Amino acid sequence: MQEFFKLLRSSPWSARFGMAVIVFYVVIAVFAPVMTPYTETEIVGSEFEPWGEGFLFGTDNLGRDMLTRLVYGARNTIGIAFVTTCLAFFIGGIFGLIAATLGGWVDQALSRIVDVMMALPSLIFALLLLTILGTSIPILIIVIAFLDSTRVYRLARAVAMNVAVMDFVEVARLRGEGLSWIIGREVLPSCMPPLVAEFGLRFCFVFLFISALSFLGLGIQPPTADWGSMVRDNATLITYGDITPLLPAGAIALLTVGVNFVVDWFLHKTAGLRDEQ
Amino acid sequence: MDQILKMVAQRLALGVVTLFVVSLIIFSAVQLLPGDLAEAILGQSATPETVAAFRRELKLDLPAHERYFNWLFGIIQGDLGRSLANQREITELIGGRLLNTLFLAALAAAIAVPLSLTLGILAALYRNSFYDRAVNVFTLSSISFPEFFVAYILILVFAVNLGMFPSISNISGNLEFWERVYRTILPALTLTLVVVAHMMRMTRAAIINLLASPYIEMANLKGIKRGRVITHHALPNALSPIINVIVLNLAYLVVGVVIVEVVFVYPGLGQLMVDSVSKRDIPVVQACSLIFAATYVLLNLTADILSILSNPRLLHPR
Amino acid sequence: MRDFDSCKDLFASGKMTRRDFMQRAMALGATTALASTMAGQVMAATPKKGGRLRLGIGHGSTTDTLDPATYENLYVQVMGGAAHNKLTEIGNTGDLVSELAESWEPTPDAIQWRFKLRKGVEFHSGKTLDADDVVASFNHHRGDDSKSAAKPIVDPIEDIKTDGKDTVVFTMKSGNADFPFIVSDYHLAILPSKDGKADATSGTGTGGYTIEKYEPGVRTALKRFPNYWKSGKAHFDEAEMLSIVDVAARTNALTTGEIDAMDRVDIKTAHLLARKPNVNIAETSGTAHYTFAMRTDTPPFDNNHVRLALKHAVDREALLKTILRGHGVVGNDHPIGRSNRFHADDLPQRSYDIDKAKFHLKKAGLSSLKVDLSAADAAFAGAVDAAVLFKEHAAKAGIDINVVREPNDGYWSNVWLKKPWCAVYWGGRPTEDWMFSTAYAAGAPWNDTFWEHERFNKLLIQARAELDEAKRRDMYTEMQRLVRDDGGVLVPMFNNYVMGLSTKVAHDTMGANWSLDGFRAIERWWFA
Repeated sequence: MQEFFKLLRSSPWSARFGMAVIVFYVVIAVFAPVMTPYTETEIVGSEFEPWGEGFLFGTDNLGRDMLTRLVYGARNTIGIAFVTTCLAFFIGGIFGLIAATLGGWVDQALSRIVDVMMALPSLIFALLLLTILGTSIPILIIVIAFLDSTRVYRLARAVAMNVAVMDFVEVARLRGEGLSWIIGREVLPSCMPPLVAEFGLRFCFVFLFISALSFLGLGIQPPTADWGSMVRDNATLITYGDITPLLPAGAIALLTVGVNFVVDWFLHKTAGLRDEQ
Repeated sequence: MDQILKMVAQRLALGVVTLFVVSLIIFSAVQLLPGDLAEAILGQSATPETVAAFRRELKLDLPAHERYFNWLFGIIQGDLGRSLANQREITELIGGRLLNTLFLAALAAAIAVPLSLTLGILAALYRNSFYDRAVNVFTLSSISFPEFFVAYILILVFAVNLGMFPSISNISGNLEFWERVYRTILPALTLTLVVVAHMMRMTRAAIINLLASPYIEMANLKGIKRGRVITHHALPNALSPIINVIVLNLAYLVVGVVIVEVVFVYPGLGQLMVDSVSKRDIPVVQACSLIFAATYVLLNLTADILSILSNPRLLHPR
Repeated sequence: MRDFDSCKDLFASGKMTRRDFMQRAMALGATTALASTMAGQVMAATPKKGGRLRLGIGHGSTTDTLDPATYENLYVQVMGGAAHNKLTEIGNTGDLVSELAESWEPTPDAIQWRFKLRKGVEFHSGKTLDADDVVASFNHHRGDDSKSAAKPIVDPIEDIKTDGKDTVVFTMKSGNADFPFIVSDYHLAILPSKDGKADATSGTGTGGYTIEKYEPGVRTALKRFPNYWKSGKAHFDEAEMLSIVDVAARTNALTTGEIDAMDRVDIKTAHLLARKPNVNIAETSGTAHYTFAMRTDTPPFDNNHVRLALKHAVDREALLKTILRGHGVVGNDHPIGRSNRFHADDLPQRSYDIDKAKFHLKKAGLSSLKVDLSAADAAFAGAVDAAVLFKEHAAKAGIDINVVREPNDGYWSNVWLKKPWCAVYWGGRPTEDWMFSTAYAAGAPWNDTFWEHERFNKLLIQARAELDEAKRRDMYTEMQRLVRDDGGVLVPMFNNYVMGLSTKVAHDTMGANWSLDGFRAIERWWFA
């Protein structure tokens, strides 16, 4: 614990900012019901009321409080994106590392399967799958994670291939270490930085993917609030210089920047470089 | 070199198998979609009799496997078939659109790839500087906005307020090159903003990852300039993951641009495929997905060859 | 009214812009639609020839075809409106006017109809129109192998015969007083025949514009047909139709002057668009309406008290205000629009009444109710939002509506006519009989409420063959009441067609039967 604080003290301002953003979002997401004046779907006023008294950010196209929707949106959006990304990295990462470390037919078989998966145009394939399976949240998560994991696999394998031909891995093999030991102790640590960098971006891509799906008429079921769909619902207003759609978009952007600042810091730490370099 | 040729041949053969599997998956998926072409075309006006007449005429009443093999035999003979919806030759339907799609992807890549490599290398060179942070914040924000939203903002600024570029890409066959570029510039810029962050960050991360290696330290100790260390010593070894990300993004520029096409009314393949999926026009969907899959297979192969050339150790796997 | 007239004079003489005229007229108490209509009437005085109209249309798909039998969306419908004529036409004021048929008359039982064709009408190919073309064009939609969306409306025709070169005789299966309206349907374009078969694939017609180049789902180039028979129509030299499905893209194209007119304005932001100096908003209020169709053959909707409870549990005014932002009128649970001939004006408007909803729920033997409502924006723009609002309204009456958002893709084949309760869009029909027999008659293929009412179905057949106006009015009034109080349909509102026009574009009174001047914008409008 103490070490953790020591680490924190040594962190650059950008990482602190990033962590502050993440903590802020998490608190909002967890305490959403306590922090908002209304409930998620409650219609509290007339539609498109201006910013100001009563409704800090005005109301949306149905007369629901924008602020309340944004706060609940944090909960739904972050939750879904986080679960999806973790699942994608779990599946893609493990298979990628295994393929790179074992090589041979395992690599061949896995890579060919992934090649086929990736050769399918993802947005359209997602459209097909979601139309067939329905668009409940668990299915949305599984479909997106499944499609995303192929990207993770490819990266994990590419990075791990470079590592797996390194001398220290050869040595470990010659020592007769088991597969899980080699992956866990030798390959994974060396592959972490690019993978973590990828995690930061993939996490954000999930929001965007959901938002793209809502553009095509799929995505999260109403009246659930999520930022991607909120941008979509209010997007036309931007044409007239109304900045309401920038709120959910900005919420996504702030989180993206925050997460990636922390990721950068991590990258920096693990690369063993000192700040003044 | 022979080994590389052998690998290319092997991979091309595998590519053909991949295409076959893709066609099978797409066919089954469209088959699993509720409804068929007859119902989709007639929409709210469908009646059982007219739907049945449609199916008879288009041979939709044949069993699925029979239709698939008919299609497959056509493909083997180089015949993509006709669109079920309007009976047009698919080669004719797709030809112009494929060119449009490739043109847009090429234009976007021509801007995005050099830009993101430069930004990435500079960011690695001056890491943690104000420049590094600023580039990061800007690119990250640009990818945090959904594509259509980025497009709306660009339209608002460049078309509505400044009047510099048209808000819709009215592309037709016989435009001269620069006129075409002029009309395609906004969608290309949108795509650039969408893909730059990913490539730039991977370039930066891959280089930084190598900076702690002993040989870089050695180079530093020899007193070589930092810029030279990065471009001559770190970059060549960091190429493999960078190439991978670039290729992924190139593939995306060809395959994943449906939304940009819709917003700018750009007549590309993505729009054609989405329309055909919603109308269950299977031969067209199949043809599009084969093109997309082939694009991916070829780009992927290119990436692997380049990776191997950049790290010869990969040529000799155990 | 003096003020109105002086405004009109100023406007007509060009001393006042259309925008000022609209604002003044509205300040003087006219509604938007009325002001717009008046502006149109005043401008009608001076149609001018020439120019190239660019239309941005919010539909169009790469799978579209030139065949009128499968016209599926507004894009091809408007293209058909420019390239083809029908036997009759619903004029811009809603009256039936003659088009390719010069005149028509029924036998007293309204079973046989003789249509006399206009002479000397030429197809784009140079062929002269004769009776064989008409027969072939109708047969294109009839028969077992017909793939036509219009098959149900030509099914009541028993036989079609020519009588000389210029006369066509239709024999109906039963009397139909409204038949001349039916032949104005946009599917029933008159096509050139060859060896007894209609040529539906080349796009050749008798209309004011020839199709020069057609790229499905992208654009169409149209050119004025020099030998067009109609005088005082088809003013533009050329027209270009662009398919711009995304509403923001369409709006931007209009404000930046890349198109001259668009359909389907985003009503959420229509008031902002209207403020742009080079844009006018035009709207027409016709027969198009939104419904929530309950399957009366499926519990719990088989109980009329449940249906009535739901009909009382929705705040129509709030839906109209929120979903249409006032661009429409509230519905009264029947599908007949106010512009229809026999609209029942005396029928009391149904209102949001929680006590009545609770009363009917109790009558149905229920203390609470939980039902699924399927919706997707494919049904109508804002259908999902409307369902969500309905859910909030009904909650107060102890009714729990679970809104199921269905995929847009395949909505009409998988949800409509299948799910027990779903959101539906109807373009409406120009006559009562047509509307009722399409979607309310027992056994009709599109009877989406599966409603079978003995008295209603008897009246339907009687009224169809009745040539006496007063008797027909009584019958149709009773039928509207029956649908309202017993039917499975909940009609919350009728929507307006809202279009955006460049200030350069001028027009007469706009046809309200369909969007874009009854699909005839290209033929009817001109550049001021």
